[in-house]
Amino acid sequence: MNLGAIDPVLLIASLMVAATPIILAALGELVVEKSGVLNLGVEGMMITGAICGFAVAVETGSPVLGFVLAAMGGAALALIFALLTQYLLSNQVATGLALTLFGLGISAMIGQAYRGVKPPATAKLNLGPLGDIPVLGRMVFSHDWVVYFALVLVAGVWAFLKYTRGGLILRAVGENHDAAHALGYKVVRIRLAAIAFGGACAGMGGAYVSLVRVPQWTDGMTAGAGWIALAIVVFASWRAGRVLLGAYLFGGISVLQLNLQAAGVPVPVEILSMSPFVVTIIVLVFISARQKGAAVAPAALGRIFHASS
Amino acid sequence: MSVIRLERRAAPSRFWSVATPILAVALTMIAGGVMFALLGKDPVAAIRTIFWDPLFNTQFAAYSRPQLLVKAGPLILIAIGLSLGFRAGVWNIGAEGQYIIGAICGAAVGLAFYPADLWIVFPLMVIAGALGGWAWAMIPGLLRTRFNTNEILVSLLLVYVAEQILASMALGLLRNPEGGGFPGSRNLQQYAAASNPELIAGTGMHWGVVAAFIAVIFAYVLLTRHITGFHIRLAGQSPRAARFAGVNPARLVLLCLGVSGALAGMAGLFEVTGPAGQISIDFNVGYGFTAIIVAFLGRLHPVGILLAGLLMALTYIGGELAQFMLGLPAAAIQAFQGMLLFFLLAVDVMTNYRIRFGRGAAT
Repeated sequence: MNLGAIDPVLLIASLMVAATPIILAALGELVVEKSGVLNLGVEGMMITGAICGFAVAVETGSPVLGFVLAAMGGAALALIFALLTQYLLSNQVATGLALTLFGLGISAMIGQAYRGVKPPATAKLNLGPLGDIPVLGRMVFSHDWVVYFALVLVAGVWAFLKYTRGGLILRAVGENHDAAHALGYKVVRIRLAAIAFGGACAGMGGAYVSLVRVPQWTDGMTAGAGWIALAIVVFASWRAGRVLLGAYLFGGISVLQLNLQAAGVPVPVEILSMSPFVVTIIVLVFISARQKGAAVAPAALGRIFHASS
Repeated sequence: MSVIRLERRAAPSRFWSVATPILAVALTMIAGGVMFALLGKDPVAAIRTIFWDPLFNTQFAAYSRPQLLVKAGPLILIAIGLSLGFRAGVWNIGAEGQYIIGAICGAAVGLAFYPADLWIVFPLMVIAGALGGWAWAMIPGLLRTRFNTNEILVSLLLVYVAEQILASMALGLLRNPEGGGFPGSRNLQQYAAASNPELIAGTGMHWGVVAAFIAVIFAYVLLTRHITGFHIRLAGQSPRAARFAGVNPARLVLLCLGVSGALAGMAGLFEVTGPAGQISIDFNVGYGFTAIIVAFLGRLHPVGILLAGLLMALTYIGGELAQFMLGLPAAAIQAFQGMLLFFLLAVDVMTNYRIRFGRGAAT
């Protein structure tokens, strides 16, 4: 066992990397759920984004283009979900699951040609003097652009939901779609946009796993990150700022357990590997026990909207 | 007002509730054919290889036909359990984990008796398997009823935990001491008292298939003749009415999760003692997830699930055949199965809504 090999600076730096896909996916799902829709297909959209981004980045040599296409791929899959749940009024839980099953299949199919291929590297941003600050520079200011993009997006979503008219309408639709409809808001169209946004975010998060975090392609490589993202939305009590907290907590645990595995701690590898999931469940229990009674979730979450007139 | 409108039916259409699964299968064949064509395969040959050849091709049918029951058994057994919960609005999507834990618990009991040749071993293993799956499902159940924790997320997250336990068991506690250090337990097929053999030669019928048929009958009677079945249906259709009828929501959650967990655990046990033979790292092949499709394809009805399980088993066997004969990737079949659920959910709108064309109020 060699715990001395664990460098706290590197640990926090890799925590930020590990948390980024979760932040993106959870933030997207937060907006979707705020509009009153429960999309359980995050895992499927992430893995689809992962392969779309990977394939495009490999073919064009441009990781940026990869991320853009990953977002589009995730959004395209999300739009299937939107079509089914919003126009054909299907059950959201079942449709979300279908999205995950389909996404895992289709991504593995496309991914066959990309096994063992190395993607072009996503360059670290040069933040000038910030990167030269001792300790902090290496820890916080030496990442690629997606890490900061995710952070900016957190602030953006928070401000959008809290301060803008659009955010207010989105929340109104999520709280009471009948009232929002009566006020003349286009419930279905607003939800469509939210679902597409959620898909794009999840797709980018997936691409971050395949292009930066790992970086290579293996079937089902998101390995439950989409489900963790769903849990983090609940953990965050549907607030953007807390998504960041939840994702860093989860990122911290998954990085720490990997480091402990590498350091040869006398704990079975399986226990360490399951720890992020166990901790997520425990945290979920605490949060839900505290939320009990208080209505924190959007009131119309998961309910089917059918305007009869 | 749009040109196409949906009008809620007073009661679900009986015609469409039977016709939608058939329509969904037909649409999936068309869309799947397009997908296969994009992969550069002959779509007609691919569809025929998946749906026809396993049953009727003289060269393959002798091997494939028994496989139909082998694959359908666990799917039906798991899907029957899940369907009860889905009807009541209790979403157990972690059957895969309960399946794994059931197999581990059952196999552990059998291996503890090794090499005693007692008739009681196998029944004890079945009970242990059911209890294992039940206990694993009780985790989301109790967390839901005690702390109001979302059972969808917990049951699913526990699949990843169960997979780690499986790896640990295959490499550690349950590893075959005479296996030369290779991962995986003793082969239970070679331990007569604990094995789950083919009951009638050439049919693929084993105890798991028998259990699946019993579960179908049991679920049918429960749903149509028993007050608990009525409560399950009521809770799903109108939770408020259910509360007035005196249904205890917490008890219903525990019942639905418990039954589905126990059945999934039994499915795992029958698989590990029969077709799979041993606890190994890659023991689980996704039956727990495919069973969700089976439950919906069967419209959550026991008889429907029986037929849907057989059809889904056919896509597994036909998929393997198409992989072997046409070089169709295994993942294409997974995408194909996902597509089937999409189409099913899409056309299901016909069951509950009437589609009206044209503007203005319809009569």
